[in-house]
Amino acid sequence: MKFAESLSARTSRIAVLSVLIVFTVLPLISMITTALQKQGTEPLGLSFPTAPQWHNFAEAWTAADFPELLLSSALIVIGVVPAAVLFSTLAGYGLARRVPGRRLIYVLFIIGLTLPAEALVAPLYYELRGLDLLNSRWALILPLVGLFMPFGVFWMRTAFESLPAEITEAAEIDGASVWQTFRRVQLPLVTSWLSSLTILFFLWTWNQFLLVIVLITNPSDDNMAGALATFQGQHGTNLVLLCAGALIIIAPSLVIFFAFQRHFVRALLQGAIK
Amino acid sequence: MTSSVTREPSIVASAAAPGTPARRRRTRRRRLTGWSVLLWVAPALAVYGAFVLYPLVETFEYSFYNWDGIGASSWAGFSNYARVFTQPALYTSIVNSFVLIIFFSLIPVCLGLLSAVLIREIRGQRAGGLVRTLLFLPQVIPLAGAGIAWTWMYSPNGVVNQLLGAVGLGAEQHAWLADFSTALPAVGIIGTWVTTGFCTVLLLVGIAKIDPSLYEAARIDGAGRWREFVAITLPDLRRELVVCVTVTVIAALASFDVVYIATQGGPGYQTMVPGLEIYQLTFLQQTVGQASALAVVLVILVLVLILPIQRLGRQR
Repeated sequence: MKFAESLSARTSRIAVLSVLIVFTVLPLISMITTALQKQGTEPLGLSFPTAPQWHNFAEAWTAADFPELLLSSALIVIGVVPAAVLFSTLAGYGLARRVPGRRLIYVLFIIGLTLPAEALVAPLYYELRGLDLLNSRWALILPLVGLFMPFGVFWMRTAFESLPAEITEAAEIDGASVWQTFRRVQLPLVTSWLSSLTILFFLWTWNQFLLVIVLITNPSDDNMAGALATFQGQHGTNLVLLCAGALIIIAPSLVIFFAFQRHFVRALLQGAIK
Repeated sequence: MTSSVTREPSIVASAAAPGTPARRRRTRRRRLTGWSVLLWVAPALAVYGAFVLYPLVETFEYSFYNWDGIGASSWAGFSNYARVFTQPALYTSIVNSFVLIIFFSLIPVCLGLLSAVLIREIRGQRAGGLVRTLLFLPQVIPLAGAGIAWTWMYSPNGVVNQLLGAVGLGAEQHAWLADFSTALPAVGIIGTWVTTGFCTVLLLVGIAKIDPSLYEAARIDGAGRWREFVAITLPDLRRELVVCVTVTVIAALASFDVVYIATQGGPGYQTMVPGLEIYQLTFLQQTVGQASALAVVLVILVLVLILPIQRLGRQR
């Protein structure tokens, strides 16, 4: 059943949503128009680039050493995400089984769910210095895998618990071992949970900032978020170049978002329900 | 029971889809014993223990010592904790983080509700999807990027001042992040920018689950937009609202990235937040014990605020 929509309802809706959209995209548009201005000028926040200086992006690309940065970020992701997903899955599976003592271990993981990383930075710094890892990407990779465990274990346990127990029972009656039940029966049924978890871990690694600032001493080991701070520190006075560089560094996140939009929204929303 | 897999594949498929409520059935057979569970959990527990639990215990221990991070440490008792509540730089950071809750959590949740309700009313699928995508964008880019973009927005030549000039409010123009009275709200609005889209999309998903016949019934009864919202939408979104509030309150209390990029806590301590203060105390002022006491207070604050909110979501 449809009701005629009043003109005022429609107008107010369009007005409110337009204001919100403008509020959302304005900072990005301002960066784009600024990045195309002449370097060394003092442009206004929104000024149409009459003679767009596309070479600013080329310069920022070099100044940020973008290819190396992309490689460094990718190496960090490769170090963190597969291990974090694997460990979460194994632990989630183990803890989804009804065995004595699992509650205690599970609670131990849950403690970490609301823990701000700020509470760990000082000991982590001294710990990793002691391990002589501070000047490598391991200083970021190892703590990130650890920090992802509470959510990952929670997530995968929920996934395995959502499967009907009959499936496991059926497999076991057929003589499957615990490993076979896991690998052949249960794992294929939680793939959508796995892909959401992978996307979340990827995004959290890619955008991690605090731990990079604290634990990465060598700018060439930065991830994308850390590179923004480095770039701001080096070119903060050259506004035009700063905007161009920031856009280049943000670009991969946007590209990946548009490529996997559906998965992204789903993953982030599921990820929030913790 | 054994035939259920083959007989009802649809049940299996739907149970595997995320978002379905967990179906708990007791397994009667225990093939996995207590000790072998440890094997499955061992890798996760090892890395979690080494890089989360151990540092957490260390932070707690540090907080009772005076230590510069290099030399010998001396017992401090509760003096580090006392200073958290008596030294302006320290308690200001906590007060500021509470102010940020208004901008990171309260305003985005309200805006998210408003826009979710409005987007639901859009008939065209495509227009609704586009609005959703645009509002969601800030959630995807690194927070540091948001910090850089907004630092430029707020600067003397930036968009905010330009717009004020355009509408004849030139007298209001100033450097927003450098001004004592506007710096904190200005940083807060960066948070609003980041979290509003997240709240909108999450609440939209919640609204989509509400039975449309409820709305039709309400309209037949002559309910207006507001009645509809209060009687149907709001109560049904309780679970999603709790998630929104939880995530955004943690984001406010544990904020670091945006403040680090935009203001470094200044001017004065106007935008100092616990995360940044912990960082500065540890690595710049080298008072690790003091930083750790603030960290412990922060952990407790987060728990004290989040646990009641979570409980609210669980009871129905």
